[in-house]
Amino acid sequence: MAETLVKMTNVGKSFSGVTVLQGVNFDLVAGEVHVLVGENGAGKSTLIKILSGVYPDFEGEMEVFGKPVRYETPIQASQAGVSVIHQEMSLIPALDTVDNIFLGRERKRPFWRYDRPAQERHTRELLARLDLADLNIRVPVEEFSMSVKQRIEIAKALAYDARIFIMDEPTSAIPESDVELLFAIIAQLKAEGFGIIYITHKMEEIYRIADRLTVLRNGEWVITETAENLPERELVKKMVGRELDNRFPPRRRTIRDRVRLRVENLSIHNPDLPDRFLVHDVSFSACEGEILGISGLQGSGNTELLNGIFGTYGKLTTGRISLDDDVRNSFQPIDSIDRGISLLTNDRKASGIIPEASVQDNIALASLRRYSRKSWRNGKEEAAAARRQKTAMRIRLHDLSQAISTLSGGNQQKALIGRWLETDPKVLLLDEPTRGIDVGAKFEIYDLMNELTASGMTILLITSELPELLAMSDRILVMHRGHITAEFDRDSATQENIVHAAMGA
Amino acid sequence: MSTPNDLAAASPLAGDADLSDKSSPFRRFFAKAWVRAMLALIIIFVLGCIFNANGTFFRWTPHRDMLRQTSVYGILACGMTMAILTGGIDLGVGSVLAAVAVPYSLFLMVHEWSAWIVVPICLVIGTACGAWNGFLIGRFKFQPFIATLAMMTFARGLAKTMSSSRKIMNVSYNEDGSIIYKTVFPDLTNWLNARILGNNIAVVTIIMFACMLLTYIILNKLTWGRYVYSVGGNEEASRLSGVPVLWTKILAYGFSGFCCAIAGICQAAQEYQGDPEAGMGYELNAIGMVVIGGTSLAGGRGGIGLTIIGVLTMGYLDKILSLNAVEEASRLMLTAAIIVIAVLFQSSRRK
Repeated sequence: MAETLVKMTNVGKSFSGVTVLQGVNFDLVAGEVHVLVGENGAGKSTLIKILSGVYPDFEGEMEVFGKPVRYETPIQASQAGVSVIHQEMSLIPALDTVDNIFLGRERKRPFWRYDRPAQERHTRELLARLDLADLNIRVPVEEFSMSVKQRIEIAKALAYDARIFIMDEPTSAIPESDVELLFAIIAQLKAEGFGIIYITHKMEEIYRIADRLTVLRNGEWVITETAENLPERELVKKMVGRELDNRFPPRRRTIRDRVRLRVENLSIHNPDLPDRFLVHDVSFSACEGEILGISGLQGSGNTELLNGIFGTYGKLTTGRISLDDDVRNSFQPIDSIDRGISLLTNDRKASGIIPEASVQDNIALASLRRYSRKSWRNGKEEAAAARRQKTAMRIRLHDLSQAISTLSGGNQQKALIGRWLETDPKVLLLDEPTRGIDVGAKFEIYDLMNELTASGMTILLITSELPELLAMSDRILVMHRGHITAEFDRDSATQENIVHAAMGA
Repeated sequence: MSTPNDLAAASPLAGDADLSDKSSPFRRFFAKAWVRAMLALIIIFVLGCIFNANGTFFRWTPHRDMLRQTSVYGILACGMTMAILTGGIDLGVGSVLAAVAVPYSLFLMVHEWSAWIVVPICLVIGTACGAWNGFLIGRFKFQPFIATLAMMTFARGLAKTMSSSRKIMNVSYNEDGSIIYKTVFPDLTNWLNARILGNNIAVVTIIMFACMLLTYIILNKLTWGRYVYSVGGNEEASRLSGVPVLWTKILAYGFSGFCCAIAGICQAAQEYQGDPEAGMGYELNAIGMVVIGGTSLAGGRGGIGLTIIGVLTMGYLDKILSLNAVEEASRLMLTAAIIVIAVLFQSSRRK
């Protein structure tokens, strides 16, 4: 029996009353690749963050190398031998390989100097193990490709004497051609007795490298099993589970025959890699009164698609969008708002609220021009709009003049939906409208979606919660790597076949 | 992936926190930016009452003079407020002031052009310098610090070029090149140096208050003011809400330039000359006034009302120290100490 590196028993975590992880058991033995699987929000990241010291206050027990531990900081964890290979690289671009690997724990010499030659020697040894013997270690790491940087990260972890590697979707950032090399390195690490925790959304990868699988769902442990004993079909079932509760209001059929939105050959160039696409040649249409769900895992392009339709990417977008009979091929948020397309983004903080501004100003922002005559504001109209949306959206607050950042997440979200309804949209693009808000507020938002579509509005909905997607959508498109790969109508859509299509299987 | 983070971000605000503010009304009152700023002003004012220089402080004259002496800074602070609210800064205001003071003196005093032509030219120069800053910042994503630092250098050079690095005096030249010293100053210069309302308030002070009123109108009564705040608060969210971000920045910095032009005219009039070295370091005074008022350097929070309090605080501080004949060297150190204390006071409110 191989040595047990990690043993987590009955681990849980909650954020001020919201439980995100509960009763999870997990163990890792030397020389295995243990894959963590689950939908977005299943609790994989939380589990990893507990193990790597990001969240010191969790419930339950954790043992590493047979000793009970509780890491207070990520530094403590990495000193103890738990290293995370980050999705977004943690290297400092302007420093060279040696300095990056030894950052913060340089080999010391007297008088605050450090032993550069020893560090270089050690770096060369480490890189040789990772098929990078010829790397020029004295140039800034920003000159290297993503896959080389990823291996430098692994070298950094090795330099820390890590025994436990955590890899969070390591293949999502590197080109396909380098994936084999990464897998070879993983196989080698395995052979040398390291333990690897691996997170991925890609079905083919799971069965390429997994020794064992642990499935999490809604923050709960579902099963831990060897890869042979948990075939794909079973795995998907375990991931999505069975949920039969009344978290959703009944979806009344409000579709009308008239096509409201037609998207033709929409492509979005990747701003970082101009010859690559975030969304490639996508065409579809949506009718009046329809809720069209757009599913896909992170990086599939579904969020980018909504943003592209709205004009967030500006000139990077090509294609045509017809709204009723009005055809356009240029994309800017301000034009979309005027035409009647509105977007609720998935990141309330980064691209939604103006945190210091009042609730009223936040609601009025997108339609300020409509209330105003020649740029003179009409305070009465703005206040009336804010009151109207406060009532319609049932926003709970003291006073419309309080800063929006003082509201709860759900009320902030309702205020933002209010902002967009105030622009009188014909098409409402909702990207994760219920993320991070409580159940009651969610239900109210579902109700609202039903009301809005009953009055003829078209809604495009993205949500990573599959039950929500199934309950609310009249039709579902599934995206994978920038393309639409499947379409289901309400009756044929199941969690299983959506997950299948989303994983490219 | 991000759900736990999201929850972490959202949950401190979750539940009923939005309905029941637990802090006492007293604490909430003193958490307000304007209350804090006002408190600093009152403390300075009380110090003035205590160290009243044998009762001088209780007469109107020192107050009137304080207002006059602080007017140029106050005008610059109006534009600076706008730039800072967008989340930026304008380091160029002192130099642009000089780049306006020089042509004002040159055209009005030396060439004896009509004020009706000279003043618009000055306003255009100042506004154009500012708008250029806004263009670089909005269109090419320059750091405001860098764009306006470049303007600071350029405008100083412009002022020196126009004046051949000499002070522009109230003179004219004979055909043979000899100098005639004039004893009569242009009407506009005299008017700007006058006091009105029974000698009780300087015209430049009235101009400062007019600038503050104009700033108030733009920031609070026009849509552009909302845009200034929203761009400073969250630029990406503003863009997605249809806010013309580029034009908002051009407006904000252009307005700052406009204020520089007015300040430059006032400065030249008060000095009776166009000094290409004028306004050195004024940008720091203006920034200081805005920040002491309580407008956040991060943008999106604050306003002209706070700046007015900041202007008065700095003005009184300087006046009281000079009334008490504190020599300049110690005055500088005391001013610095009081600024640090005032800002400490301000920052404690964001805990």
